[in-house]
Order: sequence, then C-alpha cells, then structure tokens
Amino acid sequence: MSESAAQITNAVEGNSKRDKLVKIIGTMLDKVEQASSQTRDSMYSELVELKRVIEESKQEITIARPGDIKRKDIPTATDELDAVIAATAQATAEIMDSCDAIQNAAGEIGGEAADKINAEVMKIFESCSFQDITGQRIKKVVTTLRSIEERVERLISLLGDRAGNITGDDDTRVGDARLLNGPQLPEKAVSQDDIDKLLAEFD
Amino acid sequence: MAVNKNINVLIVDDYTTMLRIIKNLLKQLGFNNVDEATDGTMALEKIKTKEYGLVISDWNMEPMTGLELLKQVRGSTADFKNVPFIMVTAESKTENVVAAKQAGVNNYIVKPFNAETLKTKIAAVLGEF
Repeated sequence: MSESAAQITNAVEGNSKRDKLVKIIGTMLDKVEQASSQTRDSMYSELVELKRVIEESKQEITIARPGDIKRKDIPTATDELDAVIAATAQATAEIMDSCDAIQNAAGEIGGEAADKINAEVMKIFESCSFQDITGQRIKKVVTTLRSIEERVERLISLLGDRAGNITGDDDTRVGDARLLNGPQLPEKAVSQDDIDKLLAEFD
Repeated sequence: MAVNKNINVLIVDDYTTMLRIIKNLLKQLGFNNVDEATDGTMALEKIKTKEYGLVISDWNMEPMTGLELLKQVRGSTADFKNVPFIMVTAESKTENVVAAKQAGVNNYIVKPFNAETLKTKIAAVLGEF
C-alpha cells in the first residue's frame, strides 16, 4: 500500500465503514501505481463515470424532497391515522351506549321479546370489536411509517442540508380538484359555528 | 363440574371498547363480578390484592404485555400463581400460541370472537355451564 493510503487508514482507525472504504481506496491506489498507463486511463474513466452516476442519484433523491417527506408527508399521514382510531373509538363507544340503553329497556319489557332484542344487541356488541382489530392494524401502519421516517432522516443526514432543506408544493392538482382534501383533523377543523358565521358574512 | 359464576373475573385490555364488549358478554353468561385493567401492570396489582377465579387478558399492551403478565403470575410463589388464564388476542401466529402455552395459558381466543366462543373456552377452563 502507498504511504498516503496508509496515512489515511491510520487517521480513521476505529470507524469500520471508513476503514473498509480506505482499504478499498488503498488497494486501488496500489493497483494504479502498478498498472500500465492504458489501464490507468481506463480506471480513471470508470471512476469519472461512477462519480457521474452518484451525482445523478443524489440529484434524483433531492428532487424527491426527502425533507418534505420527513417534515410534512409522514407526520400528516400518521396524524390522519390517529384521527381514524380516535373517531372509530368514539363512534363505537356511542353505539355501545345505545346498546346498553336498549338492553335496559328490553329488561323492563321482559319475556320472549326481550330475549330476542338482547340476542340482537349482543351481535352488535360482538361486531364492535372491529374497532380494536382495525385500531391495531392502523397502529402497525403508523409504526411502519415511523420506520420510513427514520430512514429518510438518515438519508437526509447523508446527503447533507441540500436535500433536507428543499421543500415545495407537491400538489399537482389544479382548479377545483385542489379543494378535495377529505375530512380535516379535529384540531384543524373549522366548526359548524365558524362556517355559519362565514356564510352570514355573505348575506 | 359446573362453572361457578360467582367468581371474580379480571379482564385486561388496553382498548376500552374490548373491555366493554367482554364485560357485556360475561354479564350475558352470568358473570357479574367483573373487574377491569388496561395493562399488565395494573392487572398484576389487582391480582395481588384480590382473589380472582379467572383472568381474561389481551396480549398486545404497554408497558406490560399480556404474555409478561402471564409469566409473572405463573412465576409467582403466591396463591394466585395457578389462577385460570385465558388469552384473548389478535396475535394468531403459531409461535404466539406456543409461547402462551409454554408460559402456562389455559386457553387462547383469537379476536374477533363471539359470545359462543367465549362461553366454550370458559367452559373448557372452568367447567360446563
């Protein structure tokens, strides 16, 4: 190995990834020193091509705006999923409240009719377990999204600020299509009162 | 042996929906002494302070899972170590069932389930209705 490569190797001792990289570079430098001029030119061309591919890949990743994915896209998706869990939990609780009320009323009636009502109400209770199952499935999706978020963060740190700071409007829709955004999250939602006040301003 | 419906039953689940469903189903089956806990830690505290004839627990809870609760109960030297324990969970992989069985579970119910399944499993553990 050449002296310069050996110095580099010593400087980064302790960092296994860099060690490997420096070892590869050292080996390459050794080969370059021993190679013919034709082989050196060929290797140089290969390295230039490799550099170009790396630069293009970096550019492609930058265009994908990983900063937006981490700061906006994934947090928005997880918030929406959390809202689904909360909304279904609330709705299920209200359904079961009504079931309790029906069962109490059936108890006052008594007899065969009450038994039939109770049997049907029990089926509603059983069906309400969907909230638990769907909630667990959604939590798995949220966990996956958080894992993607962490990987994107690592990607940003590798690419540097250039990739992480690029943000933009990735909504390519135009006209009325931009108004279709689905239900708002509870904390961001405009209340019916606010809408009524807004409408009143047009009168 | 006929099931004794006067026993204390502890149900453990981090979803209040499931607690209500199981409690209601148990009520329909004639069990009226039902306590609730929302994770393994809370359940273990209750088990230490009150005698239960049956524990029905979810698996996937934080900070203490249903499996860890089961292990702690079975690993205890106290009287409650042999309390009948039914796992009610969406974890339906073979390795989960094996792990629960090895930890000492008495029966295993996969969510979603109905009243008939719950009744059958309780009967298998406590005796016929």
